[in-house]
Amino acid sequence: MKRIWKMHETYVFLAILVLSAVITAINPNFFSAENFFDLLNSYAFLGILAVGMLVVLVSGGIDLSFTAVATVGEYLMAIFITRHGGNMAIAFLMSMAIGVALGMLNAVLIYYFDIPAVIATIGSLNVFYGLLIVFSGGKWIYTLPTWFRDFAQTKVISFANASGAVYGMATVALIWIIVIVAVTLLLRYTVLGRTIYAVGGCGFDKSAATRTGINLLHVNLFVYGLMGFLAGTAGVVQALQVQTVAPNSIVGKELNVIAAVVLGGASLAGGRGTITGTLLGVALLAILSNGLTLMRVSSYWFDVAIGIVIIASVSASAIQQKRKHRYAIDVSTPAEVTA
Amino acid sequence: MSRIKDLQSRANLKNNEFVVLFLIIIGVLLLMWALNPSRFFQRGNLQSMAFQMPELGLLSLGMMIIMVTGGINLAVVSTANLAGIVAALVMQSSGGNGAMIPVAIVAALAVAAVVGLANGALVAWVGVSPILATLGMMTLLNGISIVLTKGYVISGFPDAFQWIGNGVVLGIPAPMVLFLLTAVGIGTLMNRSAFGFELYMLGTNETATRFSGINVNRVLIQSYVLSGLLSGLAALVMISRFNSAKSDYGQSYLLVTVLASVLGGTSVYGGFGRALGLVLALVILQIVSSGLNLLQVNAFMTRAIWGLILAGVMIVNYYRSRARIRVR
Repeated sequence: MKRIWKMHETYVFLAILVLSAVITAINPNFFSAENFFDLLNSYAFLGILAVGMLVVLVSGGIDLSFTAVATVGEYLMAIFITRHGGNMAIAFLMSMAIGVALGMLNAVLIYYFDIPAVIATIGSLNVFYGLLIVFSGGKWIYTLPTWFRDFAQTKVISFANASGAVYGMATVALIWIIVIVAVTLLLRYTVLGRTIYAVGGCGFDKSAATRTGINLLHVNLFVYGLMGFLAGTAGVVQALQVQTVAPNSIVGKELNVIAAVVLGGASLAGGRGTITGTLLGVALLAILSNGLTLMRVSSYWFDVAIGIVIIASVSASAIQQKRKHRYAIDVSTPAEVTA
Repeated sequence: MSRIKDLQSRANLKNNEFVVLFLIIIGVLLLMWALNPSRFFQRGNLQSMAFQMPELGLLSLGMMIIMVTGGINLAVVSTANLAGIVAALVMQSSGGNGAMIPVAIVAALAVAAVVGLANGALVAWVGVSPILATLGMMTLLNGISIVLTKGYVISGFPDAFQWIGNGVVLGIPAPMVLFLLTAVGIGTLMNRSAFGFELYMLGTNETATRFSGINVNRVLIQSYVLSGLLSGLAALVMISRFNSAKSDYGQSYLLVTVLASVLGGTSVYGGFGRALGLVLALVILQIVSSGLNLLQVNAFMTRAIWGLILAGVMIVNYYRSRARIRVR
């Protein structure tokens, strides 16, 4: 029981409960199965990206370029399927492959040239995005194939509400769930997953990781490759959701994704963070934004609310860490001084 | 003895860095001249270069100071936008009355300083990592800016205010004078004052600095406030030059401030970086950007080129630091 109160996730969950109660009191429409499935479907895009970002943060890195990667994958995929046709598998595989390639490019910059991940990915963000806009001319793609539309409208589980309208879980939500399950298994039960936590836990001194026989190149390639893979997936999911492909619709949203993951307790220092926390973080963001809409708060206030929540959350976990560290430092100080 | 030699070689290294930057300036000048033989050295182009550089320069100085502490300030541009909007609102509410200009200027600088203080408090007292603290602050500030402007442009300032961004002093653009004075001030502060010494020490080894009796939190907060103030100054130049303020001006500037700092020799791990290097780097970037502009290169292509140059500079730095280690 005591352990539960030490977990960051518990507090995020409590925040979600309180927020939900407040919103329901103001607008009862919030607490309905229909609204739940709406949120589940529309947050699949952000949720998939958040899972990828979690893995990057756990490994001790950060990626600011994933929105550009998602856009490049999405756009090239859309051009291909409108010109040459194809099917959903081709659409996904193409976008995913592009994502993996671009993600691994980040890993190469970070690993071989020892460039801090923030700097490397600020650079690659602008290269990917700039080149995409130049070569696409910023054109939107409206006419996607009908099979692409049909796939988006397929419901995995469906219900009908009182007035007869159909609602339920869309295919994009199923893809999100598959991603969640796969990455949970990976992080928890595979050697690679534990290695990612170990590398992140080493902090800046990566020599500790290499001395235990970890191949940092492989870990980096995998982590940033996975981020690219999931960005590619999310790109297709976004195209499925909105049914138009705009080269400028995703870039600039990277903060929302990072916010969700950080809200869920992942630390930028690496080594910490869980899928449960990340999902709660996404849920908190989703409920916050949905709640603001249902409470008829102007959408101008959305960023203000998100900003406050992020700052509060990172402050809370920083203070928590500091307390832990303060107990630890009594023991470690003499050793530090002599060393 | 070896220590003295070490210091000497380090001094040489620094001078070498500036020599290299000078050579690059001459190189890109010749290159851009060759690409635009008739237009590059025209008065109009040189003048527009001198008008464009200051706002970026002020923002980059703010970025550099934080990078010297070993952090990064992702909120430089959003701080400037908010400060600019506040100044614009003050001037608008007075209905074009010139007497309100000083109030607007003070308001912008005050807002920027408060934002800097908040960033500094988060990093120093609360212990949030600089990336997260300033990322969160960036979202919050963008949000406040959107709430204040409802996403619209605020425009129409008193004529006297436009002098800040468009005036000329002794043939030199007023914003350039402001930037050069600020750069000299920051350079003096960093290289000749106790604060500067503490700043470099903090960036090199925070634990050692703490144990030598320096109040690390105070230094951190001071540097974030300074960074905020520089964003505030940039805001004044920016809104005066555009004669308007908006929540999303200068979106591509963040990349360029990082690029200018890194190209000017600021270490992303903290502890190194000088104002002179930054100014030289800015001159290089301005020459390249104006040259590309004359060639009518797409603005997004320019953005991609900035990204490539950033990666290139980091790769060169990596090989240089490896060579240095090998010599030892």
